[in-house]
Amino acid sequence: MKITVQAWRQSSPTSAGEFVSYPVDNVSEDMSFFEMMDKLNNNLIRQGKDPISFDHDCREGICGTCGIMINGRAHGPLKGVTSCQLHMRSFKDGETLVVEPWRANSFPVIRDLVVDRSSFDRVMESGGYVSVNTGGVPDANATPILKNDVDLAFDAAACIGCGACVATCKNSSAMLFVGAKVTQYALLPQGQVERKNRVSNMVAQMDIEGFGNCTNTSACEVECPKEISVENIARLNREFLKASF
Amino acid sequence: MTLNSKIPEGSVSQKWTNHKFGIKLVNPANKRKYDVIVVGTGLAGGAAAATMAELGYNVKAFSYHESPRRAHSIAAQGGINAAKNYPNDGDSIYRLFYDTVKGGDYRARESNVYRLAEVSNHIIDQCVAQGVPFAREYGGLLDNRSFGGAQVSRTFYARGQTGQQLLLGVYSSLVRQMNTGKVEFFPRHDMLDVVKVDGKARGIITRNLVTGEITSHSAHAVILATGGYGNVFYLSTNAMASNVTASWRAHKQGAYFANPCFTQIHPTCIPVSSDQQSKLTLMSESLRNDGRVWVPKKQGDDRNPKDISEDERDYYLERLYPSFGNLVPRDVASRRAKEMCDKGHGVGPTKLAVYLDFEDVMQRNGKDWVSEKYGNLFDMYKQITGENPYETPMKIYPAVHYTMGGLWVDYNLMSTVPGLHILGEANFSDHGANRLGASALMQGLADGYFIIPYTIGDYLARGGLQDINSSHEAFKTAEKNIQTNLEKMMAIKGTKTVDDIHKELGKIMWEYVGMARNKEGLNKALDLIPQLREEFWSNVSIPGGLNEFNPELEKASRLADFLELGELMARDALNREESCGGHFREEYQTSENEAKRNDNDFAYVAAWEFKGANNKPELHKEDLIFDEVGLTTRSYK
Ligand SMILES: Cc1cc2nc3c(=O)[nH]c(=O)nc-3n(C[C@H](O)[C@H](O)[C@H](O)COP(=O)(O)OP(=O)(O)OC[C@H]3O[C@@H](n4cnc5c(N)ncnc54)[C@H](O)[C@@H]3O)c2cc1C
Ligand code: SF4
Ligand code: FES
Repeated sequence: MKITVQAWRQSSPTSAGEFVSYPVDNVSEDMSFFEMMDKLNNNLIRQGKDPISFDHDCREGICGTCGIMINGRAHGPLKGVTSCQLHMRSFKDGETLVVEPWRANSFPVIRDLVVDRSSFDRVMESGGYVSVNTGGVPDANATPILKNDVDLAFDAAACIGCGACVATCKNSSAMLFVGAKVTQYALLPQGQVERKNRVSNMVAQMDIEGFGNCTNTSACEVECPKEISVENIARLNREFLKASF
Repeated sequence: MTLNSKIPEGSVSQKWTNHKFGIKLVNPANKRKYDVIVVGTGLAGGAAAATMAELGYNVKAFSYHESPRRAHSIAAQGGINAAKNYPNDGDSIYRLFYDTVKGGDYRARESNVYRLAEVSNHIIDQCVAQGVPFAREYGGLLDNRSFGGAQVSRTFYARGQTGQQLLLGVYSSLVRQMNTGKVEFFPRHDMLDVVKVDGKARGIITRNLVTGEITSHSAHAVILATGGYGNVFYLSTNAMASNVTASWRAHKQGAYFANPCFTQIHPTCIPVSSDQQSKLTLMSESLRNDGRVWVPKKQGDDRNPKDISEDERDYYLERLYPSFGNLVPRDVASRRAKEMCDKGHGVGPTKLAVYLDFEDVMQRNGKDWVSEKYGNLFDMYKQITGENPYETPMKIYPAVHYTMGGLWVDYNLMSTVPGLHILGEANFSDHGANRLGASALMQGLADGYFIIPYTIGDYLARGGLQDINSSHEAFKTAEKNIQTNLEKMMAIKGTKTVDDIHKELGKIMWEYVGMARNKEGLNKALDLIPQLREEFWSNVSIPGGLNEFNPELEKASRLADFLELGELMARDALNREESCGGHFREEYQTSENEAKRNDNDFAYVAAWEFKGANNKPELHKEDLIFDEVGLTTRSYK
């Protein structure tokens, strides 16, 4: 296959960026999208040019490090699949792929396709935990938990923190991400003691970081590679309201 | 220097209790006077950093990742072991200890393994208290499943994402401490050296991966929890950035490297499909519970598997190991797959694959049953290969997965450099020559939550640490060396990319230091690796600049260390004239092609001392003494 990659190039957080087109020949359909990018980068280095920076690590869809807009869609065209798990068989010979970084004020660009998502960490710092120290906790089976509750909590806990929801949302809202964490703890007995403070603090920090508010377009759910449901946003709103009284 | 493993006195079950009572304590008010550096925030490092901050120490934590929610640990699928005996099937601390020593083919230290089994139950309690959503039964209690090398169900799991959920648990305790200011976290920081003052580890040098800035950080003690080095093979199931740099630089500062050749090759991975391949993907070991492994009896038979009849198939694991069948341990399954392919029975375009077939179980239990149990794995396989495993058998081949070797540590997890402690996959650890499934997560969390927070107190309380900070001369010299080295690398401007050279190293390692090794091949590797290293230092091409975000420079700096480590692995494999666990020397096998251990001459840990760039390393031996578990030959027939 022959592919053209039209990539966003930006050399530093403060410099202006631009799109630049690069041809890539001899792409096999068994290659992953990132292996195609590796090939392009190695070609660029051989030509004495700067390779395109992008973030990645596990290449298995679990670490949440990768995240690229491909042809205007977060993580590319497939449902429930991260950028690193896309394969070239999902594209056509001769196709042009427009690749861009996540775009959101709360995720400043570091270089090319790499962004700074530390705002997510600060939201988590504000309350995304159960306050227990190591040691001195009860036996793991001391508190039975309904299987159904754990399964729902797990669905929420499956979030990989990639930021696709924010990048997709026209308001750059982080409510799917925050809703997933609040839900996980709200459904488990371990999360009850700090339930109210947690949601208030996390929402406050979310606002400080400059994330927008949800206006219910549900684009985030469509693009979330872990198919986190917008029901988590509804629960976030309920939890927040309850905590306010 | 002689190795002192500091194993406490007393019976194996009393050692840890006695030791905890005997060690010196730092009183609560004094803890805040101590600074501790933790490099690595995977399961081991993250757990250590959070727990020590809870105790009152000032912790500085570093990772080359952007956040402590990312680390290689997150990719673990299967589960974590503990001796809870919730299923009432006869498990106990002693049995977990016994299975781990045996599974490691008798090359681990008994006292450490016992302690690991002893604290395993606390880990599960801790994770549940943090809100980790482990799988549960309808009654609301925790569910367990079984894994290779054990006859009891002791594996706790969270769907196929156990590592993710455990790491997010660790991350939650860590962000809580970041919020209180007891942990200062440095994201996207690469540790490039350990700094010693008076012979003791007193800090590190880092490079800020965004700005390129080189900085010194001082502390009273340093902890490395920087993971394994499987990526020396280029292709492995490890995350792309996993590397040996932290361990290797510490090795050059005097930390001995133990059993570097002990590598685990996992039998069920998706085979290599092209030379553009960047990494290999694991298909969970649990698939071998229901899948049957086979190859065509006829060599070079490239018919569609559907057209190959039952009597033309060789279910070789069932044939060779009637009692364990497809469930033999990882090292055995891997070696046999290679042997079949070497003999010309391999399948697929590269002929380096065997079939893992689910047809029988689908006929027996139905497609829905299979999809309920393995659906996510089947989907992942399909996404990667484009083939549907419900219709045609999976093709699998072994791949590098885990490194049992690592920096040598004593019972307190301290290396041969005073004050430098090593946790998790980075130490030579508790797994001997072969790690059992679901035991790495257990070890990482045991080290981080329950061992180092005690043992580091003993070191600190002994005092004798000069009052210094990062403007000390030793830091300045180290910074300068790092800077010079990086400049030298950037100045080469050759014709090969970092990936080109890393791929070549991978080929050498896989061919001669891989699944089966022999004297001739290892000597060849000892020839080839230094040549390749020379080529790197004269012909690599690194684009961009030093003082900017430069992923190619990061990769080059890591490759430089892999090019030195590879040689030590070959040397260690050559020295170990026996076969044990994942280390198979072709010269040492039984008439039935099974590994032949030599307990008289090799029941020791091989700990290598760095002796300078162009000198041979020196071998030190820690003799292994087995008071509890009798040495026998593992048999899975
Ligand atoms: C696909 C896969 C599946 C697995 N499944 C299981 C399983 O089911 N059960 C099981 O028990 N085990 C499993 N394992 C093994 C297990 O996941 C690992 O051994 C374990 O997670 C390692 O944890 P760690 O904390 O030691 O290191 P890691 O998680 O590798 O963390 C290393 C940390 O060190 C940092 N670091 C490294 N070098 C530097 C440096 N120079 N400077 C700054 N920071 C640095 C990294 O940024 C990271 O934070 C699996 C492994 C793989 C590959
Ligand atoms: S909710 Fe989905 S899209 Fe958003 S960070 Fe989590 S996994 Fe990514
Ligand atoms: S690289 Fe880990 S999720 Fe894509």
